[in-house]
Amino acid sequence: MIRFSFNITKGSFNLDVKEELSSHGVTALFGPSGCGKTTLLRAVSGLEKATDGSVTVDEAIWQNKDQSLPVHQRRVGFVFQNSKLFSHLTVKENLQYGLTRSRKKSDHLKLDDVVNLLGLESHLSKHPSQLSGGEKQRVAVGRALLVNPSLLLMDEPLTGLDKKSKGDILPYLEKTVRTLKIPVLYVSHDIDEVARLADHVLLMEKGKIIARGPICEIFSNPELPPALMADAESIIETFVDEHDENYNLTKLSFPGGDFYVSRVQKKQGDKVRLRILSKGVSLVLNKPAGTSILNILEVTVKEIKEFDSSKVNIELDAGGVPLLCRITKKSADNLGILQGQTLFAQIKSVELLV
Amino acid sequence: MSESDLQALVTTIKLASVTTLFLILLCTPLAWWLSQSKSKIKVIIEAVTSLPLVLPPTVLGFYLLIFLGKNGPLGNLAFSFTGLVIGSLIYSMPFVIQPLKNAFESIEKQTLEEAATLGASPLDTFFSVVMPLTQAGFITAAILGFAHTVGEFGVVLMIGGNIPGETQVLSIAIYDHVESGQYQQAHILSAGLLIISFILMAGVYALNRKKKVMP
Repeated sequence: MIRFSFNITKGSFNLDVKEELSSHGVTALFGPSGCGKTTLLRAVSGLEKATDGSVTVDEAIWQNKDQSLPVHQRRVGFVFQNSKLFSHLTVKENLQYGLTRSRKKSDHLKLDDVVNLLGLESHLSKHPSQLSGGEKQRVAVGRALLVNPSLLLMDEPLTGLDKKSKGDILPYLEKTVRTLKIPVLYVSHDIDEVARLADHVLLMEKGKIIARGPICEIFSNPELPPALMADAESIIETFVDEHDENYNLTKLSFPGGDFYVSRVQKKQGDKVRLRILSKGVSLVLNKPAGTSILNILEVTVKEIKEFDSSKVNIELDAGGVPLLCRITKKSADNLGILQGQTLFAQIKSVELLV
Repeated sequence: MSESDLQALVTTIKLASVTTLFLILLCTPLAWWLSQSKSKIKVIIEAVTSLPLVLPPTVLGFYLLIFLGKNGPLGNLAFSFTGLVIGSLIYSMPFVIQPLKNAFESIEKQTLEEAATLGASPLDTFFSVVMPLTQAGFITAAILGFAHTVGEFGVVLMIGGNIPGETQVLSIAIYDHVESGQYQQAHILSAGLLIISFILMAGVYALNRKKKVMP
């Protein structure tokens, strides 16, 4: 369990948070620029001095009202937005820097494993100046992992990279956070990154945490900022049920039903995360027949909330899994949609995230 | 080259070496503090350490003479090699502090933070990250400190006197030769100093150029 609380005032900005995180999975700290995400992350690491604060990671007290461990004595991994790396050292020496300074444990990650995980084999003897931005960030992640941290903090590690580098590094990050059992606190203002990486989300606004929960609940909650974005989306965790070799499709299942998608290169039982745009969900009162749409779920209406003057956001429940749908007010009135009503959601397209 | 000229050369090199060594040891922590601190007294320390740049060497020498003289707090150190070293430390200090401070200031705060998050204590960070990254600054500081001490005249004249083998340095020896009309000897020593100084300065600029090329 990771617990922290801070009250930091900088000029007119005040950060006031008290939070508990579970010790596994990726928690995204998501919010607009200037909401205090980075300040909070730095305070947890000890880089930002906070007189009024406390941090406990598992059994270890990093900070309380009497004392505060200096950064180098905290078992923390930190990946900066644009990691400088040490330009006088090779990639391998950079990776070893934290390794040689950390207390060895039996479960300590090995250099070779990290190199392998992040695909750094061919870069080991290079100097940081010979690496691209994305490669530098991969080294930075590896270096942070080799400290054997009990908490890994990442401060917008992909911001500042071009689209291609981002696309190159994301799979490595995904693999890393899924493979290793290290809890991660990930700061981002990019909803795509959060959608792909996060298990939990802390929503921040003006120095406060305004909502917390599993990503699927936070993203589909019509009361919260993510649902109010133009491209609002739902995240659904599914697993591979079976492959349909005839049509080259894969059947993905979740408690609310099944999805058919183009064949994915995954084994039966593997997890697959789906993203469904709220604009791509339409509602019908009766189970449709004679439609080309493959993916139809039986859902109940949980909540209806105005989005703008012409549209509403509707939170649907599919077997306990929330799904967000955005339709016009006119359609909602025509169908006579009410809270608690059971109907069918037609999903035009699903995007695979993992 | 005469016997006494050779002695002056040895004294000069000895003085410059000892001074440079002590200056690097003294100025490294001081320059680091100046580069990192936001303290208000920083301005005063900076002004004090830069004073020798603008003060006439005779003024500096005069105060040193009083300070190191018979009735000074350190006992009688004037007209001794030790006194000369103390004078040179002060006289050449800005030439060592400035390049070190500039080099330290070029280290980004995030680099230090990265080291801390990787488990390095501040002292460890200094030796394992800051020093390797500021190598060129250290070499520049050492060369400038050495060269400036070799070229010292006014301060030495005031507190060192002209004792052969103890406090007589090259610049004084040249002065003596000129005073007594021995232009030939003055030429040899002057040309020697000129060449040495040129080589040292060329070294500094070559280093700076190399540093800029390297990331």
